[in-house]
Amino acid sequence: MIGDVVGWLTDPAHWSGVDGIPTHLFEHVWYSLLAVVVAAAIALPLGLLIGHTGRGTFVVAGLANGLRALPTLGLLILFVILLSPHITGTLVYLLPSEIVLVLLAVPPILTSTYAGVQNVPPAVRDAAEGMGMTGFRVLTRVELPCALPLLLSGVRAATLQCIATATVAAYVSLGGFGRYVVDGLAQRDFPQMAAGAVLVAGLALVADALLVLLERLTVSPGVSGRFGEPAGAGGSGRVRGMSRMVQRFLPLRTNLSRQETS
Amino acid sequence: MSATLDYLVRHRGEILGWFGWHAWLSAVPVAIGLALALPLGWWARRSRYARTPLIAAAGVLYTIPSLALFVLLPVVLGTRILDPVNVIAALTVYTVALLVRVVADGLAAVPDDVEQSATAMGYGSLQRLLAVELPIAVPVIVAGLRVAAVSNVSLVSVSALLGVPQLGQLFTNGFQLFRTEPIVLGILGCLLLAAIFDGLIVLAGRLLTPWRSAARVT
Repeated sequence: MIGDVVGWLTDPAHWSGVDGIPTHLFEHVWYSLLAVVVAAAIALPLGLLIGHTGRGTFVVAGLANGLRALPTLGLLILFVILLSPHITGTLVYLLPSEIVLVLLAVPPILTSTYAGVQNVPPAVRDAAEGMGMTGFRVLTRVELPCALPLLLSGVRAATLQCIATATVAAYVSLGGFGRYVVDGLAQRDFPQMAAGAVLVAGLALVADALLVLLERLTVSPGVSGRFGEPAGAGGSGRVRGMSRMVQRFLPLRTNLSRQETS
Repeated sequence: MSATLDYLVRHRGEILGWFGWHAWLSAVPVAIGLALALPLGWWARRSRYARTPLIAAAGVLYTIPSLALFVLLPVVLGTRILDPVNVIAALTVYTVALLVRVVADGLAAVPDDVEQSATAMGYGSLQRLLAVELPIAVPVIVAGLRVAAVSNVSLVSVSALLGVPQLGQLFTNGFQLFRTEPIVLGILGCLLLAAIFDGLIVLAGRLLTPWRSAARVT
C-alpha cells in the first residue's frame, strides 16, 4: 500500500497538466491564502478595536465558541445550494466555498487578536500613557507588538482551518489537493486518495512551519522572551504558554488576572 | 421551515440512527483520548526530555487536516479504508494531541506550596498525584475536554465523504438532492449534540470540584 502511494506520487504523469500536482497545489494555496487574507482584513481591525476598548468581548467569544461546533462540510454544502443558483460562470462553486472559508477563518483571528490586546499587562499600558502616548499610539506601538504572538497563533489556526476545509470543498467541485481524495474515492483508486492525503498533510505542515518562521521574524525579542524572561505580554505566570484555545474556556484565568492586577 | 419538519418526520428513524452513531463516533475518542493523555501529560510534566518531543509530536499531529488523517490512518494501521474504526482512531489522535498539553499544563498549574504541603503530610508521589494534583488540575482538563468534544462533533461529519454513517450523511444526501432541508437538520443535529456533550462535561467538572462551587457561594 505504502509502495503504491510512493509510486503514484513519483509517477511523472501526475506532475503536469490540469490534473497535475503543481496545478492543484497552486489552487489549494490560492483558495486558502485568499480566505486568510480577507478574514484577516476583517478580523484584525475589529479585534484590535474590541481589545483596545474592551467592548463586545462577551458576544465575540460566545460566537467563536459556537462556530467551533458548526460542521464545516454542512456549511459548505448549504452555501453552495443557497448561492450557486444566483451565480453564473466559473465562480459558481468558488464563491460559496470562499465565503465559508472566510467565515471559518474570522473567529480564530478575531478572538486571538482581542485576547492578545487584553492580555497586555495594565502596567505596560499605563506606562505608555504616562509617557504621553495617545490611544492610537498606545494601540499601534505598545499593544499590537505585545499582542503579536497571540495574534499570529490565531492566523496559524485560521490557515490550518482553511487548508483543511478547502480539501473538503473538493466534494462541491472545488479544485486543490482534495480532488485526489474525492476523485480517488469515486474511482476506487486508493493510492490516489492516500497520495492526496499525503499532499494535504504536507502542505499543512509546511504552511504552519512558514508561519512559525514569520512569528520568529516579526515578534520583538523583548516580547517573546528569547532574551531571558519576557518583559511584557506574558500574562500570568501560572497559565503562560498554555494552549490559547483552551485558555478561553478556563474560568480560573479571570480570577488569576484579577488577583494580579489588584 | 415546514418542509424541514416534514423531512425530519419522514426520515426520523434514519436520522435518529445517525444521531446515535454520531454521538458514539465523537464520544469514544474523547474517552480513549483522555485515558491516554493523562499518563502522557503526567510524563511530559515530569521529565523535560519527554516534554519537548511529546508537545512537538502533538503539534504536528494536530496540524494534519481531518480528511487526510481519515484516509492515511488505514495505510498506517492496516485497516480497511472505509472502516468507521479509522474515524475513531483519527479523532483519538486529535484528542490525545490536544489533551497531552492540557494535562501537562494543568499539572504544572498546581501551586508549589500545595505540592509541598501534601508531601509534608506524608503523601507518596502516586497518592499525591491522584488525591491532590489531578483534582486541582480538573478545571484546566475540563476546559480542554470541552474543546476536544465540540470539535470532534464537527470533524465526525467530514467522514460522510467516506460513507461512514452519521449525521454528515444528511449533508451528502442534501447535496445529491440539491435541497437545504436535510442540511439544516444535519447542522442543527450537530449543534445539539455538541451542546449536550459540552453540558455533560461542564457538569462532570462541577461534580468533581465541589470546593469551587462552595467558593462561588461565599
